[in-house]
Amino acid sequence: MQITIRGVTKQFGNFAALRGIDLNIASGELLALLGPSGSGKTTLLRAIAGLEPIDGGSIRFGDTDATRLSVQERRVGFVFQHYALFRHMTVLDNISFGLRMRPRAQRPAAAEIRRRSLELLNLVQLNGLEGRYPNQLSGGQRQRVALARALAIEPRVLLLDEPFGALDAKVRKDLRRWLRQLHRDTGYTTVFVTHDQEEALELADRIVVMNRGSIEQVGSTDQVYDAPRSPFVFDFLGSPNVLPGEVRDDGVYLLGAAAPFEAPNGLAPGPVDVYARPSDFRVVEDDPAAIAGRVLEAQRTGTLVRLTVLLAANGQSVEIEIPHPDPEMRVWLPSDRIRLRPAHFSLYRESRPAPARIVEDRSAAHSAPGSRVRGQ
Amino acid sequence: MPGFSLTLGFSLTYLSLLVLIPLAGLLLRSAGLGLTGFWHVLSAPRVLAALRLSFGGALAAAAINAVFGSLVAWSFVRYRFPGKQLLQAMVDLPFALPTAVAGIALTAIYAPNGWLGAPLAKLGIQLAYHPAGVVLAMTFIGLPFVVRTLEPVLEEAEKQLEEAAATLGATRWRTVTRIILPAILPALLTGVALAFARGVGEYGSVIFIAGNIPNVSEIAPLLIMIRLEEFDYAGATAVASAMLIISFTLLLAINLLQAWRRRRGT
Amino acid sequence: MDEPADMQTPFVPLVQTNAAIGEPRAVRLLLIGTTVLFLGVFLLLPLAAVFAQALSGGVRAYFAALADPDAWSSIKLTLLTAAMAVPLNTAFGVAAAWAIAKFRFRGKELLITLIDLPFSVSPVIAGLVYILIFGARGWLGPWASAHGLRIIFAAPGIVLATVFVTFPFVARQLIPLMQAQGTDEEYAALTLGARGWSTFWHVTLPNIRWGLLYGVLLCNARAMGEFGAVSVVSGHIRGQTNTMPLQVEILYNDYQFVAAFAVASLLALLAFVTLGLKSLLEWRHGNELAAVRGH
Repeated sequence: MQITIRGVTKQFGNFAALRGIDLNIASGELLALLGPSGSGKTTLLRAIAGLEPIDGGSIRFGDTDATRLSVQERRVGFVFQHYALFRHMTVLDNISFGLRMRPRAQRPAAAEIRRRSLELLNLVQLNGLEGRYPNQLSGGQRQRVALARALAIEPRVLLLDEPFGALDAKVRKDLRRWLRQLHRDTGYTTVFVTHDQEEALELADRIVVMNRGSIEQVGSTDQVYDAPRSPFVFDFLGSPNVLPGEVRDDGVYLLGAAAPFEAPNGLAPGPVDVYARPSDFRVVEDDPAAIAGRVLEAQRTGTLVRLTVLLAANGQSVEIEIPHPDPEMRVWLPSDRIRLRPAHFSLYRESRPAPARIVEDRSAAHSAPGSRVRGQ
Repeated sequence: MPGFSLTLGFSLTYLSLLVLIPLAGLLLRSAGLGLTGFWHVLSAPRVLAALRLSFGGALAAAAINAVFGSLVAWSFVRYRFPGKQLLQAMVDLPFALPTAVAGIALTAIYAPNGWLGAPLAKLGIQLAYHPAGVVLAMTFIGLPFVVRTLEPVLEEAEKQLEEAAATLGATRWRTVTRIILPAILPALLTGVALAFARGVGEYGSVIFIAGNIPNVSEIAPLLIMIRLEEFDYAGATAVASAMLIISFTLLLAINLLQAWRRRRGT
Repeated sequence: MDEPADMQTPFVPLVQTNAAIGEPRAVRLLLIGTTVLFLGVFLLLPLAAVFAQALSGGVRAYFAALADPDAWSSIKLTLLTAAMAVPLNTAFGVAAAWAIAKFRFRGKELLITLIDLPFSVSPVIAGLVYILIFGARGWLGPWASAHGLRIIFAAPGIVLATVFVTFPFVARQLIPLMQAQGTDEEYAALTLGARGWSTFWHVTLPNIRWGLLYGVLLCNARAMGEFGAVSVVSGHIRGQTNTMPLQVEILYNDYQFVAAFAVASLLALLAFVTLGLKSLLEWRHGNELAAVRGH
């Protein structure tokens, strides 16, 4: 089922939870709503479900205008963060609840309800547990019961609110993989909310990054990761180092660097922020465009070495990650001198209201607007 | 950790001297009557009528409180309305107001010349000096038990359960009866049982409004009082023992209920 | 997040989640209306009736009724009774809660049940059991009168009966509270060299003070207001063994309605103060008392 969201707004008192959301969700897509708490992602999910009445805009399920439909009429499968299983009902009664609640004319016979519920139990790999009560199940099992219960009503769309938030790391990983598989098998249009960027990147076909009630960026996982459209998206998808730089006529200079990176055409001169992830830095010998510093701390974490580098130019400390088992690589010790240059980076300008994004490619191989710079 | 023998020793001694031994003494006394003597006292029509009124009236009052207490607790937890805070504080009035005061106040209101008694009398409805008055007073006294037991349970009830039911297509009425009611049922039963137990033994608030007509509106505790004033200790003891035994059975039931609540985690 | 704007207007659902799990406006108004009407008739009206009746003879008659020597002596006896019964039950409540919350022993659940026992005993029976022991024909009655002790139809009997009916109040507030708080802090104090008594005084008591106060408040209200149990053992000797509730009864039965309601109004004020303090405690220290609520 394709979902079309147009200009949806929602206000809680003085707080704008949603500020005109436009979004198309393709049929069969697995979409992540990603953002910090208070960004409006859960409100948007609840608005799609009809759990939250919206102040303006419209929500369409396929050709049906769902804006004025009640929750009951929307037929969405909603999986709540804490599962919201009915604890006085058995697993089977939980799963069959939706079918049993149908108006008599549309309700399948009792035997059929049972058969379909057991089938779903099988689908979520919980055979034999139909007689258990929710408090006799583990967290991961409860999660799967909640999913089966939502699937039982043959929903137009499957909505999951922080589906793995309450589980421990190991179970979370297994469930993610399993959910991906389930999505592939069943093909339900699925939207899930998460504040965990790793979860969004691993699971989703497309990611919607939200901030303060608005959509910052929509795109495939590669698009949002490699070409973050704003400092916010960059920041949310990793812990960036922000280096001061300056656009001059011959390119972009990092603070203290003797030579520039090449500037894209039409970039106005002036200060600029250079955003780069820890893994984006390369250690170089005598590149004039690089910046000099001194190692403060070196910490090996598995196959990587994490270095904290104090920049000579402005005393800023930068976190970088370099691969460890590198034959040509020396062992870094505190107070060693080091020269760095970012291999990938994004340029943003704080000066509002002018568009914040500037893209630059040192090699000028490509510099399509909206894509992140790839150096070297 | 120090103080175990001191505190437990003191507690047990105090409990035994003031509560357990006196109550055991009462049961011992009535055992002295023998089964026939005991039965002889209890089978008197006046005694039976009094016991029936105390237990039946308390049951009716508890049933009324089950309905209105749930409604009050629901409104308190789910809605906001003017005067709510005042009413919320006032719900405990029956706990705090001395029963004798409640008794004369209710009588003043529902007596045939009272604020509500007079208009009701015109409609041919008599509450005071009638078994209905007994139920009225017992309802007053039991109300806080139901409301106070339900309130926290309703407050903690996950709204998500109701939302889940709605997304699964359940109508509001079905959600209330299939999801909310089962969730609060153990607490409701506990509150009702507590209100019932209180109503059975209630004396002060009832005797003024009851009219105390033997066989009609005379409650069991009053009958104990009357037997005592007649120096009929055996009669008083037998009625008291009968009430105690029934009440203790109730207490056991309440405890089992609470154990059930704990097991279900509600 | 700010509160939704419409929460400031009356008659809206508190659960602001959505329309999906709310009731239609008409249903909501019906439920609220029933609640207000029911509580108004059941709670506010009786309270209003007490004061209306007390003042029905004018302010002068009201104060004259309160100045009556018998009324005064009933007030004094009531205060005396509470002053005896409340500390006794407080001491018991703290001791029992300490033993139950800080230690493991067999029969703990039974002990908790037994402490609650007086709640399910009719007050009249509470009085009766002491008559059976200390009355003229009771087990210890002859012995007591031989030693010149007057218990029944005297203040000691009244105190005993009051202790019985108010027995569980403090204990049942403190037990769940202290159980919820556990024993970590006490052990910490002990490892730091505190002795048992100072551990209680400096560590436990500050943690339970509001719960304790709550229990004492309820215990006191019941102690001053107890009617049935006291009625059995008092003997109704005017000016001597009448507590305020008994005085109310006697005046009422004598058709001295203004006087009866005047004394009753003092008890209603007591109830008012109790409820006010109780609400204050719940409001200010609600989190601390949370373990106690919902009994």
